[in-house]
Amino acid sequence: MNYKRRDFIKIGSLTIAGTVMIPPFLKSCKGLQLSDKAESYMDHFEVTLRQLGEVINTAMSKGADYADLFFEHTMENYAGLEDRKVNRAYSNINFGVGIRVLKGDQTGFAFSEDLTMEAMLKAAKTAASIADSTGKSMPVSISEYAAPNYYPYTTSWEDTSINFKIPFLQKVNDRIFELDKNVVRVNATIGDSTSYILFYNSEGLLTWDYRPLVLMYVTCIMEKEGRIENFTVSRSSRGGAEFLTNELVEALASEAVKKTIIQFEAVKPEAGEMEVVMSAGESGILLHEAIGHAFEADFNRKGTSIFADKMGKKVAEPFISIYDDGTLPGNRGALNVDDEGNPTEKTPLVKDGILTSYLHDRISAKYYKVKPTGNGRRQDFRNIPLPRMRCTTMENGPHTREEIIASVKKGIYVDTFSNGQVNIGAGDFTFFVKSGYLIENGKLTRPIKDINIIGNGPQALADIVMAANDTRLSDSTWTCGKNGQGVPVSMGLPTVKIRKLTVGGTNI
Amino acid sequence: MTTKEKYELAAIVIEHALKCGAQGASVAIDESRSNEIEIRDKQIDRLTESNRNSLSLRLFVDKKYSAHSTNRLKKEDLLKFTEEAVAATRYLAEDEFRQLPEPELYYRGGGADPGIFDPVLETVDPKSKIDIAFDLHDEAFGKDERIISVSSFYSDSISNSVLVTSNGFKGDSARTDMAVYVTVSIKDDTGRPSDYWFEQALFYDKLVKTGVGKKALERVLQKANPKKINSGKYSMVLENRVARNLLEPLYNALSGYSLYQKQSFLAGKEGKQIASGIMTIEDDPTLPSEPGSRLFDDEGLAAVKRIIIENGVLRNYYIDTYYGRKLRMKPTSGSSSNVIFKKGEKDLQGLISTLKKGILVTGFNGGNCNGSTGDFSYGIEGFYIENGKIIHPVNEMNITGNMNDLWFRLAEAGNDYIKGSSVKVPSLLIDNVDFSGI
Repeated sequence: MNYKRRDFIKIGSLTIAGTVMIPPFLKSCKGLQLSDKAESYMDHFEVTLRQLGEVINTAMSKGADYADLFFEHTMENYAGLEDRKVNRAYSNINFGVGIRVLKGDQTGFAFSEDLTMEAMLKAAKTAASIADSTGKSMPVSISEYAAPNYYPYTTSWEDTSINFKIPFLQKVNDRIFELDKNVVRVNATIGDSTSYILFYNSEGLLTWDYRPLVLMYVTCIMEKEGRIENFTVSRSSRGGAEFLTNELVEALASEAVKKTIIQFEAVKPEAGEMEVVMSAGESGILLHEAIGHAFEADFNRKGTSIFADKMGKKVAEPFISIYDDGTLPGNRGALNVDDEGNPTEKTPLVKDGILTSYLHDRISAKYYKVKPTGNGRRQDFRNIPLPRMRCTTMENGPHTREEIIASVKKGIYVDTFSNGQVNIGAGDFTFFVKSGYLIENGKLTRPIKDINIIGNGPQALADIVMAANDTRLSDSTWTCGKNGQGVPVSMGLPTVKIRKLTVGGTNI
Repeated sequence: MTTKEKYELAAIVIEHALKCGAQGASVAIDESRSNEIEIRDKQIDRLTESNRNSLSLRLFVDKKYSAHSTNRLKKEDLLKFTEEAVAATRYLAEDEFRQLPEPELYYRGGGADPGIFDPVLETVDPKSKIDIAFDLHDEAFGKDERIISVSSFYSDSISNSVLVTSNGFKGDSARTDMAVYVTVSIKDDTGRPSDYWFEQALFYDKLVKTGVGKKALERVLQKANPKKINSGKYSMVLENRVARNLLEPLYNALSGYSLYQKQSFLAGKEGKQIASGIMTIEDDPTLPSEPGSRLFDDEGLAAVKRIIIENGVLRNYYIDTYYGRKLRMKPTSGSSSNVIFKKGEKDLQGLISTLKKGILVTGFNGGNCNGSTGDFSYGIEGFYIENGKIIHPVNEMNITGNMNDLWFRLAEAGNDYIKGSSVKVPSLLIDNVDFSGI
C-alpha cells in the first residue's frame, strides 16, 4: 500500500504543509458498494469491511448483545511562548482501535494500538469475555451514516505550518507588554488537534468523523508595588486555521490585561450565604456543575443522581428552559456524530421548568427505552463511552441584566471561572470564581476574586429567580472530566440571579 | 517489547535525531499493561484490559527545543517521525537555557533496587481478581436498607520503561501497582450521598483485600443527613485521606516553573519560615519499596534524599534542569518522589478530642488556589465537632484564606499515614480557619 497516503506519523501542523491525507483509494471491500467517504476512512486505517466483520464476530463470539469498534487517529500540536519568544513546541500522535462488547448493561472493553488482524482479534477476544455463552454470527446489512458537518473550516490544521501560528503568539505577547508597563511575564499557547474517527458496530452501522479542534491560551502576569497578580484568558473552537486572526489576538490581549489590572483592586467578600448574580456566557458553568452532570443518565440509571426520581417534575421556574446542544457550528462542544455512532442533536433537559430528558448513551437509552440523545462520548479509543455533555445552555428569560443587578441589596456578581466540581448524589456543586464584583444596594462596587462558591444542584436550579434576555455562549476552553476521561465541552447562560448560594470569604 | 528491545529502539531514534541535525536528544519508551474490574449491584459491570506503548522524544536542535510523543512504534514510522520533529524544531526561536542535564548529575548505576516490582502479579489468575472485587462488594451490598448502589473496583498495572539520552544516560525501571476501591450510595432525607474507601499496594500479597466495602459503607452512613452550620472561624482537623489536597498548592509553588513564572507565593523564601514549626517535609526517593521510590527521575538525574521544609523553614525547591538554568539554581529534581510529612503523637481521634468547637474535614469539593498570591478557597464536607465529639455531618461549606498564613496556624500533626501512598501526610490540626456556611 502507498505509504504516503496514510501518513499516520505526521507531526501535523508543526511542519510545513505537504502531505495531505485522504486521497481517493482502492475499494476496501469487493462486491459491496460503499460511498467514497466511507472508503476513504477504511483506507485511512487500512481495514476492509470483511476484516471489520471478522473482528465484530469475534467480539460477539461469547454471546454478547452488541459490539462496536472505534478507530481513532489523533494528531495534537502545541506551540508555546515564554520569555517573549515562541521557543517550544510539542506534538502527540495517538492511534488505535477500542473494542467494546455489551451484554445487557455489562461492558467488556479492550483496545489495540496495532491494527493488524492478529492484534485486533486478540483485543476482541478479551472484550468478548464479558459474556459467557456462545454466540452465533448473524449476517447484517451495512448502513452508512453520513453525519452533517458542524465543524466549519476552510484550512485544516494538517495543512497549516507552525510558521503560520508563531506570529499570532508573538503578536499577543507584544500587545500585552505594550498595553501595560507593569506586565512582567506573558505565557501563550496555541494548541490544535485533528482526529480521524471510524466507527462500526454489530448492527452494521458504519460512520466516521473528522474532528478539528483549536485553542489559544494567554496568561498575563503583572507586578505592582511588590504584589503579583495573574490572569488567564482563552478561546477554543472546532474549526480550522482561520480561527487565528488579528482580532482574536487583540481581544485576548486586552481582556488579559484588563482582568489582571482589576485583580490588584479585588477583595474577598464576606463569608456566607447570599444572592449571586451570574453573568451571561461563562457562567454556564452553573448549568454544567449544578445540574448537567446529575442529568447524565448513567447516574440516574444507577439511582445515584440526586435527580433520579425527578423526570417529568417541576425543577425550576416556568421561564427556564435548558438544552444540551451538539449542533452549534464551530462550538467547542459540537459533535457531528457521537462516539457510539449516534446523531447529535439539541436535547431539551428542562422545558418551561419541567425536567424533560436526561443525557443518554446507548446503555442508558436502552434502559429507559428512549431514543439515544447523541451524548455517548469518550476521551479516546482507550476509553469506553459514557453519557457526557456537549454545549449546555439556557434560553433567554423575561428580565434584563440591569433589572437583575438592581434587585440585589447585598450579594455578588460573578463573571469568570477556572474550575468546578459536583457530588452527583449529594448534589453539592462548586465553582471557583476568578473575577466578579460585590453588589451593594443594586450596584456593582468592588471587584472580587479567588473564591469558591458552593450550593446544592436541585436547590440552586429552583432558586434561579430571575433570568435575563441576554443569553450567550462562552467560547473559552472548557474540558469536562468524568471517571478519568476528559472531553471538550462548552456552555452558555443569560444573566441570572440565584436566591442563595454559599460564598467563600472572610469572617469579620 | 523487552527492555533490550526498548534500548535498541531508543538508540535508533537518538542516532537518527542526531543524524538529522539535533545536537541532543532524549528518548523514553513506556509500556504498560493494566486491568480494571468493576462490580456493581451483584454483577460484573465492566472488564477492561489495556496494553499501551509510547515513545517520547525531546529534541535540542541549534539551541531550539521541542518534545514529541507517539504510540506508533514501528521503526520506519519512528524514523520519519523523528525527521519531521527535528524539522519542526528549526522553526522555533532559540532558547539558550535548553540543554540536556549535566552528565555528572545523572544516575550512574550501582544503586539498590527500589523494590517496586512484583513478579507475582503476572501469575495471578484473572478470576481471583474478580473474586476480590465481588467479596468487597458483598461486604456492603444489602447490608443496610438505605443503600441504593454499591460499586467495587479492582485494578492493577505492570509498567516498564527505559530512558536514554544522547549525552550518556541509560536507565530502565519497572513497577507494579494495584488498588481496590468501593463506593456506596445511600438515600437519606437530603439526597443520595456516596462515600468510598480504598487500599493500594505495590505487591499483590500486601494488598489489603478485605474490609474496604465495610469501611465505605460505614463512611457513607456516618455522613447521612448533613447540615451546614454558621459561617465563622473554626479549628479544622484535616483527615489524612484528604490532607494532601491542601499540600498541593504548596507543592505547586515549590516548582522551578512557578518560581520563574512569578506564579509562586513561595518565591524568595528559601531559608525563611513559611509554616509553623510543626511542619517538616522530606522528599525521599531512597526508601525501599515505597510508591515514590526511584533511582533516577524523568530526566535521568540521580535520586537524592532532600529536606524540603524543616521545622517550618523552607530548605529546598523542586528544580529541573531547564528552570535551574533560568533561575541560576542547582537542579534538585523537577518532580517529587516520596513526600514524608513528619508525624506527631496523636491519632485522628486524639486530634479531634482536643477540639472544643471545630470541623473535621473529610472531603473536598472543587475550589482552587491562586499560585501567585496563595489565595485559596475550597468546598468541603465533614463533621461538626464540639467538646471533642462528633455532633453531626456538615456539607456545602467553603474554607477560604491564604497559604502563606494558613500553614503558620498548623497546630499539630497526627501519627496516621495512609497506606500505599507516595504522599505520607498524617491528619493535621489547623487553628482559626475561615469557614463559610449559613
